[in-house]
Parts: sequence; C-alpha cells; structure tokens
Amino acid sequence: MTNAVSTTRTRSTVPILLGAALLLASLAIAYLATSHIAKGPDDSPLKVLGRWIPFILEGFTLNILMSVLAMILATVSGIGLGFLQISNAVIIRQPARFVTRVFRNSPWLVILFAIMLMVPFEITLPHFGTVMIPGWVKATIGFTLPVMANIAELLRGAVASIPTGQWESAESLAFSRMQTMRHVILPQCIRRMLPGWMNWFALLTLMTPIAAILGVNEALGNTQAAMESAGSSPDLLIPFYLFLMSIFFIFIYPVSVWTKRLERRFAAT
Amino acid sequence: MTTEYTEAWAPDQPIIDIRGLHKSFGTFEVLKGIDLSVHQGEVICIIGPSGSGKSTLIRTINGLTPINKGQIFIEGQLITGPKFDRLALRRRVGMVFQQYNLFPHRTVLDNVMMAPRLVLKEPKAEVRDRARALLAKVRLADKENHYPGELSGGQQQRVAIARSLCMRPDMMLFDEVTAALDPETVKEVLTTIKDLASEGMTCVLVTHEMGFAREIADRVVFTDGGRIVESGPPAQIFGDPQDARTKQFLSQVL
Amino acid sequence: MLEFTAPLFLALQQTTGLNFSPFFDEYDLGRLMTGVQTSLLLILCVLAVSLVVGLLGAAAQRSRFWVLRFLVATYIAVFRNTPPVVQLLFFYFGLGAFTPQVDMGGWYEPMISSFGWAVIALGIFGGSYNVEIFRAGIEAVPKATSEATEALAFSPMQTFVHVTMPLALRFSLPALASNLISLAKTTSIAYVIAVPEMTYALSGVWNDRLNVGEMMTLLFVYYIAVVAIISVIMGQLEKRLSVPGLGK
Repeated sequence: MTNAVSTTRTRSTVPILLGAALLLASLAIAYLATSHIAKGPDDSPLKVLGRWIPFILEGFTLNILMSVLAMILATVSGIGLGFLQISNAVIIRQPARFVTRVFRNSPWLVILFAIMLMVPFEITLPHFGTVMIPGWVKATIGFTLPVMANIAELLRGAVASIPTGQWESAESLAFSRMQTMRHVILPQCIRRMLPGWMNWFALLTLMTPIAAILGVNEALGNTQAAMESAGSSPDLLIPFYLFLMSIFFIFIYPVSVWTKRLERRFAAT
Repeated sequence: MTTEYTEAWAPDQPIIDIRGLHKSFGTFEVLKGIDLSVHQGEVICIIGPSGSGKSTLIRTINGLTPINKGQIFIEGQLITGPKFDRLALRRRVGMVFQQYNLFPHRTVLDNVMMAPRLVLKEPKAEVRDRARALLAKVRLADKENHYPGELSGGQQQRVAIARSLCMRPDMMLFDEVTAALDPETVKEVLTTIKDLASEGMTCVLVTHEMGFAREIADRVVFTDGGRIVESGPPAQIFGDPQDARTKQFLSQVL
Repeated sequence: MLEFTAPLFLALQQTTGLNFSPFFDEYDLGRLMTGVQTSLLLILCVLAVSLVVGLLGAAAQRSRFWVLRFLVATYIAVFRNTPPVVQLLFFYFGLGAFTPQVDMGGWYEPMISSFGWAVIALGIFGGSYNVEIFRAGIEAVPKATSEATEALAFSPMQTFVHVTMPLALRFSLPALASNLISLAKTTSIAYVIAVPEMTYALSGVWNDRLNVGEMMTLLFVYYIAVVAIISVIMGQLEKRLSVPGLGK
C-alpha cells in the first residue's frame, strides 16, 4: 500500500519538474535570442515584451472565457446530441448522426468561418431592439459546435462500452429505459468520459487563437497588434511568440497531466 | 581466455551443472543455493509449492533470468560469466513457456521457421522441410497455414514445442507448459513431451502434473523456500518421501 | 469541364440565386483547382512528415540515453500543449525571418516557402501525437512475446523488426487513423500564412463574389470527402494487416 502511494507520488512530480524545466528553458531561449541583438536598454525586445505583457494577458482572458463558455455549451448540447444519437427512433437517430458527422469531420477553422460570416452581426429581438453580437460571442459558438459533436460521440462510445449485462439486469428489475439510463448507465459513463472530456477542453483552448484570423482581440490578435505597434521589428517575433506559447502552456499543461493521470487510473481499474 | 570458462566436457558428464546458485529480486531471496546436475538424456521434473523458486530456477538455465551468485555450466561451458555468448547458449537450450508466446501475426509454419531462418540463417527450403516434419510430429501438419489465434491452447503449445525444436537444441526446458491449458488439451501436450523424452532428449520440466512427473521423470526434484529439499527417482519421492515438507506438499496435491 | 457544368450552375443561379461560381467561371475554377491540389499535397506531406517524426520519436523514447528520452518528452509536452496556430506562426515568422534568402535570378525568395513551413510545423505538431500512439502500440505488445524471441536467440534488432514492430503497428492503427484524420483537418490553419490551400482559395472566391454560403458548403463537402478517403485507406490497411484471432 505505502509502496503504491510512493510510486504515484514520484510519477506525479516528474511532469511538474518537466513543466518547470520547460518554462525556464523557454525563458532562457527568449533571453538568448534577444540579448545579443538588443540595441539599447529601453528598446531591447524583452523590454518591449515587458511593456506589452498586460495587453497580451488581457487578450488571454478572452481565450479562457471563450473556451470555458464553449465547453459548457458543448457539454450540454453534446450530451443532448449524444442521446439523440442512441435514440430508438430512426427519425431522430439519423439526423443526429448526420449533424455529429458534419461537425466532427470539418476543420475548426472552416466551422469558425461559417459562423462568423453567416451569422449576422446584429439581431433584432422583440423587447431589446437591435442587439449587436460581438465577434467573440460568435467565435464561442463556432468553437462549441465541433466540441459538441465530439462530446456526443464520446457519450455514444461510453454508453456502448457498458456491458449488455448492465442493461439486462436493470431490465430484469423492471427499470424503464430512461431509469436504466439515468441510474445505471450514465453514472458509469461519466467516469469513462472524463479523460476524453478534459482532452477536448485542452484541444479547444489551444484552438481559440484561430479566432484572431477573424478579428477577435484575444491573445494572438493582441500579440500581433502589439508587435505592430512596437514597430514590427523582426527581433520581436521570437520572444513574443514564445511568450504567447508559454502562457498557453502554463494553463494547459496541468490539464494534460491531470488528464493523463485520470486515464492511467481508469485504465488500471 | 575461453579455457578459463570451459571445463573439459564429455557426454558422460553433466550436460547441465548448477553450483551454489543464488538469486534475489530486490531484497527477496528466491533461490538460496541450488546445486543440481543433469546428464544427457535425463528427464528431470521440478515440483514444489508456488513461490518456491522453481520457475526462476529453470529460467536461469538459458540465461533469461540473470543470477547473483554461483555458477551454471551447460555442456561444460560456464554461462554465468560476463563473456558468455548468450545467443550461442540459446541455440542449444530450447524453452517452452506457460503462455505459449507464439507470434500472433505469423502463421504456424512461419512461427516454426522464423528462428532458424533469422538466427541461424539456414536456407529456406531446408528449414521448411524440417519445420513441416516437426509439425507432423506434434500432429499439427494440417494447421501450418493457420494463425495462432485460430488454434486451441493445446495446439498452440505444441506449435511452441515444434518452434523450439526447429532450432535443434541439445536440451529442452518446459516451464509449467500445461498450467494455462484446458484439461482436455493437457494430455495432447504431455504426449508430445513424452515422445520427445523417449527419443532421448534431455528435458527439464517445471510441472504441477504429479501423475505425469511420476510417469516420465528419471528424477524428481522437490523445491521449497528457494532450496532443493529432496530429489530422487519418482518411486522414492512419491512413494517414500523423506522430508516432512515433501510429505506435506504431496499430501496436499495428490 | 466548364462546358458541361456552366449551363447547369448558371441556371441554378438564375432560378435560386445560389452562386457556385467555380463551376461556371474559369478564373474561380482555377482558384478551386489550385486550392484542391495544394491542400491535397499539403495533407500528404504533413501526414508523411508526422509519421516519420512519430516513428523516430518512438524509437528515441526507447533509447538508453536519458538525454534523448528527455528531449522527446519535452518535444511532446511543448507541441501538445501550445496552440498549433501559434506554432505555425512561430515557425513561419519567427524562424522564417532568420532563414537565408535564395537568389532566383533578379529577385529573392525565402529558402523555405510558406508551404514548406506549413509542412514542417504541422508535421512536427502531428508527429508529437504519433510518438505517443506508436509508443502505446509498442507497450501493448506482451512482454512475454519478447521473452520467447530471447529464448529463440533473436537479436534485439531482429525482435524489434520481426515481432515488436509488426504487432505494434497493428495495435496503433485505430488511434493512428483518427490522429491522421484530425491532422488532415488541421492543415486548414495553414490559411494564416497564406498557403493557397482549399480554405484560403475559397475565401478568395467568397471575398470577390460574396457567395459565402455556397463556398462554405463546398468546403464542408471537400473536408468530409478528405476524411472519408483517409478513413477508407486506413480501413483497408487495417483489413490488409488483420490476422485471424489477433485483437478484438
């Protein structure tokens, strides 16, 4: 018992050490890449980067906001879509599978384009009059769709992986299909879905910078704007992009490590 | 240099000679000083409770498990020294495992032919003829184009035996080869081993099949707690065991 | 081709207003064809690079040298936990700014084109997933199998080539298929460095013609077809390599 605990502990420190090492390495690279071409104390690329960090981080909060909102929407709609996919009625099941398929097989960027360009930038509501839809809200919807389809698929897979014996024993206890779902199947599915679900959150967050292509002022957009304002010097490219990668890394790496640990734990039991 | 590791060997001397063998896994000492010699053509059955180190013992004989202390000579050559050519050893010592360990992506015939082709670089036609003859011998000639996954456990185990024999070893090691099999297929594997033994092949078996050990063995070795407790002809070990532990073990399994 | 499609799609535009300009306008058709060709070539190159990187990485992970293993672990951690689009920009702008220019007889061009950088960046990105997939495949090969090869006097190399690799490849195929599909879709982000692949080409069309919906439909159909083709190829491969009684 004590043995098992100590092995998991050593295993968990490795990724953390690795993360710290990576962070230091990237900062060191940024420093080395910039120090020898620094012109003066004030306009050295690192100094410039320092001035723009708050602006870039402000953009990054939008990335987080979009990914969290999209994840919530995608989870709710994805579970709904997943249930439609395993419905007994063909008329419900087939369209649900079609929708899932379209959004799973299309690139994020294409879906994002579709939403950004085809959803009007303002809508008229009965009581509020004309309301502008900000770009980031549309982008959030664009990010929701592919994740929704994949969560639906995750649910379908998880339900299918529950042994038929579970259905049969619930049926023999006179559970209805809904009751079986709610009390027997779903609780077992959540466990199985969790690592996959977290994986999709990480993927989603890493995809949010493509919103910059469509003019959303998130971290990537702000980074590019900052470099432009600072004179578009090529010396800035490496430190600015490295910094941008580092903040995503710091946010996402713990999620990946945790996901992996869950996967391992579920695989073991 | 090699003379240092080689003792003059003639066929009347032990083909396997184990002296003062110790083996530990971490702090757990599995083998606590084993001395055992086997002569050519002898059939040795190692019996004993699980955890007594008998599987570890048999795996040290072809170098699968490195040892901590002691010496093992195969045909007069020290195989536990640092300079020994492991590959040369394994060509002479065949081994069959509990879990058959066939290569699932290759047909039965390919499984048997692979080692002589790859390791001994023998010509294909020659190896194929030999492999077919061996498959006929284990009564699986009609299965040569099947894949291991299509065969029963007993059939797979017989393929594994043919695979080992195709390397033309001087001796065979069997590590609980029937332990994973269905009762109805155990017999066909045991018959194969019996045929082999009657042809004069030197065999060392770790087994739980007491009836079989009694029938086939020239000598039965009882191990417990990492030591050889008692050894002798089957009639003596099964009929008149001397040590209390042997008596107790046999009363449980017989 | 135009003489067959043009009347049909012009009629479609007149009756419904749907403007599928590449099927009746020669210039737009040219853009579409360039887009398809570039995109397919890009996908092919990216997948190939990612497979090579994946195999090399998986081999390096089994190395005796911890430095090599650490480097591979770092590579995987970095590329799987940072946005692919930023990686692409970093390669193209960050590293591209420092690669030498080539004299093309009068004018200068960067040694590595935007297409080249997309292949490198996306290939390395996708490779970081393939390393893990191949590693998992290798780990799925039972330890006992290599015990048997040892007893049969196979060398470590022979064991790897004739037993471990063939089995690991079969175990990896399903995960590999889904990663290659997802990587093929990700090639669309080469848009940001103006590689004239499908998404970029059609965005040019809709900017000129304002037929976003129609071009979007084409894009969806195109990517669904690409995904279908890769699935069929991988499915065929899986069938080809399938062995009775193995897996399932």
